[in-house]
Amino acid sequence: MSFDLDRAWDLHPQVSVRPEPFGALLYHFGTRKLSFLKDRGLLSVVQALATAPTARAACEAVSGGDVSRSDVLRYERALAVLARSSMLTERSPRP
Amino acid sequence: MTALVDLFELGLDAPICLTWELTYACNLSCTHCLSSSGRRDPRELTTAEAKAVIDELEAMQVFYVNIGGGEPTVRPDFWELLDYATEHHVGVKFSTNGIRITPEIARRLAANDYVDVQISLDGATATVNDAVRGEGSYDVALRAMQNLADAGMTNFKLSVVCTRHNLGQLDEFKTLALRYGAQLRLTRLRPSGRGADVWDDLHPLPHQQRELYDWLKANGENVLTGDSFFHLSAFGDPLPGLNLCGAGRVVCLIDPVGDVYACPFAIHDEFLAGNTRTEGGFAGVWRDAALFRRLRAPQQGGACSSCAFFDTCKGGCMAAKFFTGLPLDGPDPECVQGYGEALLADRGEVPKPSGDHSHRKVRVTIGRPPVSACEESPLAGADLR
Repeated sequence: MSFDLDRAWDLHPQVSVRPEPFGALLYHFGTRKLSFLKDRGLLSVVQALATAPTARAACEAVSGGDVSRSDVLRYERALAVLARSSMLTERSPRP
Repeated sequence: MTALVDLFELGLDAPICLTWELTYACNLSCTHCLSSSGRRDPRELTTAEAKAVIDELEAMQVFYVNIGGGEPTVRPDFWELLDYATEHHVGVKFSTNGIRITPEIARRLAANDYVDVQISLDGATATVNDAVRGEGSYDVALRAMQNLADAGMTNFKLSVVCTRHNLGQLDEFKTLALRYGAQLRLTRLRPSGRGADVWDDLHPLPHQQRELYDWLKANGENVLTGDSFFHLSAFGDPLPGLNLCGAGRVVCLIDPVGDVYACPFAIHDEFLAGNTRTEGGFAGVWRDAALFRRLRAPQQGGACSSCAFFDTCKGGCMAAKFFTGLPLDGPDPECVQGYGEALLADRGEVPKPSGDHSHRKVRVTIGRPPVSACEESPLAGADLR
């Protein structure tokens, strides 16, 4: 399954996020799987998903918009992994 | 990039995996009980104290607790505490021998998304299981699994401590789990609690360790292990999981009286970090205990550091070494490269667990045999064997 950066995404409602010095821990109470966010930038992206019209917008908003193309690519890969393990779900964008 | 395992070695702000033994009371007397359980301790945390611990866990964002014992469900307030935890965003996985898992309770558990159940069974047949866990315990566990399956609970765990006598039954365990829609979980036998008394007779033989490793490799992530077999990584490729001793870093134990130990298998003063009843509570112990700070400092491999497999095996299990009398900076007693065996042969005195709540085995003779009317001793005729 490919991850569509131009759609709206959100954390699965059964996922809990715990910030840690290295990034964050994620726990899915449905699948009972633990996951990791390996840096704080990625944590900001994940936290921005709920209010961003697209995942791309969430990526680009990190660090006040000062985000390189390679960063966006890196975030996209990480989000795709999270989506594959049901940590993220697609949602309808806000009207 | 730094591997996560290296970050975990330095410890986290809160544990990932916290074991909480709610009571030392148990209806069974398993020969290998890691906490020497049987009788309730009069100092056990009250309902209010237990709820205060849950409040702390919520504040620390501990995702879930592994509740055990003893048999946790014999605590009259168990279901109340379970509901309190899940209402406060602390998920609960609890281990039980199944004694209280009635159809009604099973329906209640199935309706709560934040509860997971582990049914303990140490033999795929009654003969093998009951020899360790006691007569009738196999039937109780199977009835509990049937009740959970009937209630629609899926993916609960069938939890097995691997021994010399059940390692030949791995495929049967898997079939048994599938029959009830459960997932198989295998863990390592530790010489902890009463386990120290039977470890020599029950721990897997060297060729069985190899078979277990191959079986785990073949079954991958479908079989859970609680990362307890990382010492087997020295057979070759690491097994799935963290491959790290998490004691005091990502794991710890709260015992029934609120004592906090570095890990569930290390109930000994040497690994006692503090108590939840002290000022600062559990969070204070987790963050500041001198013992935990020491465990989070970089560790030396000692005799193992020159071994080619040190990166994944890390010298194995601290508790297994401690309770077999081996040095903590040397090989695991079950080191698959064979470095533990020579040390075991020479082991001296072995440390005893700090507490023992085993059922007292007192032989009571009801009715004394007739004695002479002239006998003056108050114990005359009493059977004092």
